[in-house]
Amino acid sequence: MASGMTSSEYIAHHLTNLTYGKHPVNGWSFAENGQQVVEMGFMSINVDSMVWSVGLGAFFIWLFSRVGRTATTGVPSGVQNFIEMIIEFVDDNVKSMFHHKSAVIAPMALTIFVWVFLMNLMDLVPVDWIPHLAGLMGIHFMKIVPSTDLNVTMGISFSVFFLIVFYSIKAKGVGGFLAELSLQPLGKWALPFNLLLELVGLIAKPISLALRLFGNMYAGEMIFILIALLPFWAQWVLSVPWALFHILIITLQAFIFMVLTIVYLAMAHDHH
Amino acid sequence: MNMNMTILGQIISFAIFVYLCMKFVWPPLTAALAERQKMIAEGLDAADKAARELADAQQSVETALQESKAQAATIIEQANKRASQIVDEAKETAQAEATRIKVAATADVEQEINSAKEALRAQVATLVVAGAEKILGASIDVNNHKELVDKLAAEL
Repeated sequence: MASGMTSSEYIAHHLTNLTYGKHPVNGWSFAENGQQVVEMGFMSINVDSMVWSVGLGAFFIWLFSRVGRTATTGVPSGVQNFIEMIIEFVDDNVKSMFHHKSAVIAPMALTIFVWVFLMNLMDLVPVDWIPHLAGLMGIHFMKIVPSTDLNVTMGISFSVFFLIVFYSIKAKGVGGFLAELSLQPLGKWALPFNLLLELVGLIAKPISLALRLFGNMYAGEMIFILIALLPFWAQWVLSVPWALFHILIITLQAFIFMVLTIVYLAMAHDHH
Repeated sequence: MNMNMTILGQIISFAIFVYLCMKFVWPPLTAALAERQKMIAEGLDAADKAARELADAQQSVETALQESKAQAATIIEQANKRASQIVDEAKETAQAEATRIKVAATADVEQEINSAKEALRAQVATLVVAGAEKILGASIDVNNHKELVDKLAAEL
């Protein structure tokens, strides 16, 4: 915990993104506090979330494509073995849940699983290290866990949502998709009610995806921040068990996000 | 927690990452996996085949061994037969030779005896004549008494 801050200031500091945007007074600039972030509204971007998430995604693509280029069919090396294990795990999941032909689903499931996992993994970096380093370099805010930013989780889940709508229309046609939304569960005489129910169900998919991941990671991060308020010699008593437990949550949330994406897209392909 | 353009940035990055994954990550890795799967299947097949071939080879070795054993037995038997035949033949030859030699020897001996007898006879005749001369005190004309002398000699 940085000196000269109250606990609430410390927590608020750790939960504020490095935001660049159009401030009504200051124009295009970095927000200096949470208040300015709010004032910027939609015309702003969380630079730290973007940098870390794109960096981690690029790392994923770099690592996996490098292994893919040098993949041997003989005895695999350590890294190749590990990556093949992930690929097979994802492929098994996709094959068991998604029974249609698609060139997109499996690579997308892999991207979601690994990318979300890597973003979650940043949670295990002690909460003060990188923000403190950034502070030394003159950067005031630095949230290094992109999945604790609702924009990030929403970004992925709404991409999935677009794909749900796209594949529903592709598989059933516009009419089929609309019929699915409006003619069930109660038949055509309850059309408005059906439509309301189905639309809520449809919208709930991406929202729940995003909120589940965000909520878990945000809560985990918050607990790490609270543990960091303890005296330094006592922190390990709580932070080590929580970090160990968090490894499970990180993997589980990445897995859940991937599985639900596959399930939703499989449902979009199925006729009811 | 406020929503801002980060969400659009995330949507774009996600789309790009999925595209890159589709292009550069998924195909080579799954191809490598499929290839390895094929190789392992082929390897197992080959191992099966090799085991079967080994069993076949052992079978044929067994058969060949059996055959050669039988052949060897036949050859040994033939050889034994031939050997005893040769021994028999040799025995016969030797016996015949022995007989022949015996016969020749006997004939020789006979001849010797005869010639000795002849010589003795001739000498006896002379001796008889001489003896008779002495006894009679007169010479006996050999030619005159040839018949008598010969008769005497033949009786000896």
